[in-house]
Amino acid sequence: MSYADDHHHEHDDHAPKSWFYRYVWSQDHKVIAVQYASIAILVGLIGLVLSNLMRLQIGYPGQFEFINAERYYQYVTMHGMIMVIYLLTALFLGGFGNYLIPLMIGARDMVFPYMNMLSVWVYFLSVLILLASFFIPGGPTGGGWTLYPPAVILPGTPGHDGGIILMLVSLVVFIVATTMGGLNYVTTVLQARCRGMTLMRMPLSVWGIFVATILALLAFPALFVSGVMMLLDETAGTSFFMPALVSMGQVTDYKGGSPLLFQHLFWFFGHPEVYIVALPAFGLVSDLISVHARKAIFGYRTMVWAIVIIGGLSFVVWAHHMFVAGMNPWFGFFFATSTLIIAVPTAIKVYNWALTLWRGDIHMTVPMLFALAFLMTFVLGGLTGLFLGNVSVDIPLSGTYFVVAHFHMVMGVAPLLVVFGAIYHWYPKIFGRMLNDTIGMWHFWITFLGTYVIYFPMHYLGVLGMPRRYHHYTDYQFIPPSAHVLNELITIAALIVGAAQLLFVFNLVWSLKHGRVANSNPWRAASLEWFTPHSPPHHGNWGATLPTVHRWAYAYSVPGAKEDFIAQNAPAADGGQEPSQDHEPRQVPA
Amino acid sequence: MAIAIALVVLVLGSVLFHIFTPWWLPPLASNWKTMDDTLFITVVITGLFFVVISLFVAYTLWRFRHREGSRAAYEPDNHRLERRLIVITSVGIAALLAPGLWVYADYVSPPSEAMTLEVLGQQWRWRFRFPGPDGQLGGSDARFVSGANPFGLDPSDTRGADDILVDDNEVRLPLNRPVNVVLRSHDVLHDFYVPHFRSRMNIVPGQVSSFWFTPTKAGRYEALCAQLCGVGHPDMRGFVRVEEGAAFDTWLAAQPTFAGLRAAAAAPAAASADPATVGRTLAQSKGCTACHSVDGAPSVGPTWKGLFGKQENLEGGGTVHVDEAFLRTFIRNPQSRDIKGFPNVMPAVPVTDAELDALVAYIQALR
Repeated sequence: MSYADDHHHEHDDHAPKSWFYRYVWSQDHKVIAVQYASIAILVGLIGLVLSNLMRLQIGYPGQFEFINAERYYQYVTMHGMIMVIYLLTALFLGGFGNYLIPLMIGARDMVFPYMNMLSVWVYFLSVLILLASFFIPGGPTGGGWTLYPPAVILPGTPGHDGGIILMLVSLVVFIVATTMGGLNYVTTVLQARCRGMTLMRMPLSVWGIFVATILALLAFPALFVSGVMMLLDETAGTSFFMPALVSMGQVTDYKGGSPLLFQHLFWFFGHPEVYIVALPAFGLVSDLISVHARKAIFGYRTMVWAIVIIGGLSFVVWAHHMFVAGMNPWFGFFFATSTLIIAVPTAIKVYNWALTLWRGDIHMTVPMLFALAFLMTFVLGGLTGLFLGNVSVDIPLSGTYFVVAHFHMVMGVAPLLVVFGAIYHWYPKIFGRMLNDTIGMWHFWITFLGTYVIYFPMHYLGVLGMPRRYHHYTDYQFIPPSAHVLNELITIAALIVGAAQLLFVFNLVWSLKHGRVANSNPWRAASLEWFTPHSPPHHGNWGATLPTVHRWAYAYSVPGAKEDFIAQNAPAADGGQEPSQDHEPRQVPA
Repeated sequence: MAIAIALVVLVLGSVLFHIFTPWWLPPLASNWKTMDDTLFITVVITGLFFVVISLFVAYTLWRFRHREGSRAAYEPDNHRLERRLIVITSVGIAALLAPGLWVYADYVSPPSEAMTLEVLGQQWRWRFRFPGPDGQLGGSDARFVSGANPFGLDPSDTRGADDILVDDNEVRLPLNRPVNVVLRSHDVLHDFYVPHFRSRMNIVPGQVSSFWFTPTKAGRYEALCAQLCGVGHPDMRGFVRVEEGAAFDTWLAAQPTFAGLRAAAAAPAAASADPATVGRTLAQSKGCTACHSVDGAPSVGPTWKGLFGKQENLEGGGTVHVDEAFLRTFIRNPQSRDIKGFPNVMPAVPVTDAELDALVAYIQALR
């Protein structure tokens, strides 16, 4: 080890002693991370059940009478909101961000530990408020996760009274939690890196989460204000988004408002939001591929710049969600161009992942399999985005199952595969035991092949013109019976994939006590989090002395080195430094 | 190795699926072939990237899988290669964007000789309007909407007097004439989408949006609402019938004008008209048929076929006998009862006593 390990002064003198302060009301980033992840996974399972209910209606229309149009739209809405915000965002930022950032940069914890602890409890509160809407008269809102006014606050849409209020309040509370967490992650990365850990030596996992957090801090306010304005329209009779209109035969008191204003605000948040989910996935998968192929990530600097550029560009593409919204048509030219431009840095990342594998030493571990599945599904999902981003091609595809297939592939399948891979990868660090490989393999194959079967054919239903957000397709003659058969097959696949996730949950819980005991670095990785004095790390992470790093996190298969990896905090003389600025790879001293 | 094989199988399977899929664009019935062509270009370019990248990865996995004694190369970057890849990608992106924007420039510029059709979206049905001989649509606003004026036209706007009103879910258009479709709604967002025409646009209350196309094939095409508008969203099926110009002109001439309808409303109703027949017309004009079918088909609300005399179940238990008294109370105050199995969204559409008689007579006749 390259740092002083003072056995006489255990840093976890400061550690809380009672069970309550260690595992419940804890300021330790590692505990908070597991709390975030546990809540996110549990609420994600609810989102999964909702999606299965939706698919039952689409695959077997009318057979499940309780799934009437009202309930169907409530399931659609809650499924979408839960998955995007309460699962993916919370899991990537609150879960992975909290666990990995301090460990990967050599810090003892986040710089604002008390606020960090509050953020997870505020997140938990937002989840409770959201789920409460299932239990109030009228039920949850059924206006789609996009919550477009005027319909969402008017009769004719389920939950237009209490449901939408709880949804908006829950989002506002969530945004408070995200802001508290976000300030932590950004400040910690900027201020708490250990000696030698320059920004350009941080693992890409940190870069992805860091840039995503900046996006979150800048984008969520747009959702916040639109939520407040809609709450006022709903409760105080204002007309931010409500033009003069007739509702259910009655002229209302609203006038002068603009429904498109909401859409601009929502998507100004909503597009960066998808990158808030995608960028951490990009960062994490770079590390998974690198470790399990025993090869430095190809083009690290380019990968960092790509993350930053994608993050910046993500703020100027939002109206590609509004090409057919009725906005000024001339905006279409701008947003189609900006959207297709953002494809370039994204494609570079794909090439660099593939080039990392090229001439690597590829171990087909469960994390690697998930990373590879990400690569393929992300390429597919990203390419279908080019159809939708090209404004005139989008016109007949908008509002159809093509869009549903695209965003599930690129937001649901691909990032979730990274989540699984990352959990299989870091579980031994978090809990000191390996997840079971056999269960992992079954989970992987069913999930990968199953989601492909669900979403690939779905694109074609969209090209056919099958609209999304339809409870039933009775009597629409242009939809052939074979399309309904396909829907049934997709439903069956969805039910199987849904059930297979229980394998994962079982693995998580079972392995806590029965998993193979792991050593401190089972994957022989180079990044700092694997080199804490104890594994799992104790409170304070590093013992008496903080580490010092002498190289980047990707010193794999360095020519002349004793092993096929060199720890980030190994002595400088061990070599493996990052490529220098003048693009010459440094050689290990003879 | 399984993963490399899986990738190859998935790529091959996807390509075969694409070639043999029965689910593709519905036959084009408009001038927007250029949209279909751009879609084809996009499929080719993205398909190429998908196949090449996936097969490259599959090959890489096979060739560089871990074996006893294998060791990875050390090549952390290659700036020349990256630059080349950026250039190739940018060329591909430009090859997609150029035709896309070219077509879009056409899309945002309706021809000056285009005729005008207004589509009025409402929860949960369509109505249509043509400008009359004066070529101009009259003004409209939500505050003018009433049972007698479902289009919400401004009675004081003289341009609207000759407007031709199609109070039905089906509209007709003449073959091969470009049409600029202007879209309005008095309530919530909708979208008038006929997949065979390709072009469409959301409808936004409080403003007017538009799109244009030229119907090129005669036929009767289904229109969907393509923007979630509440529980009746899937039931907003409309029709566009495209026919020869002469047939269209005949049909158009037979449709009422705004001035004509107002005159008819002002005149006392003909006593010889049988109440059930009057009721049938009212059911259309007041929008009842948006949610109630008359042939037993399921819809947002209960079907009227066989409704009279039925024992209807109430939400929360209990039943009610659907007799004349019930119908009268219910139509006047739909929120008074919550019928099991149907969303409680029926609006209180104003009806006179005579109209109520006619509607009840009509429902009674639908045994």
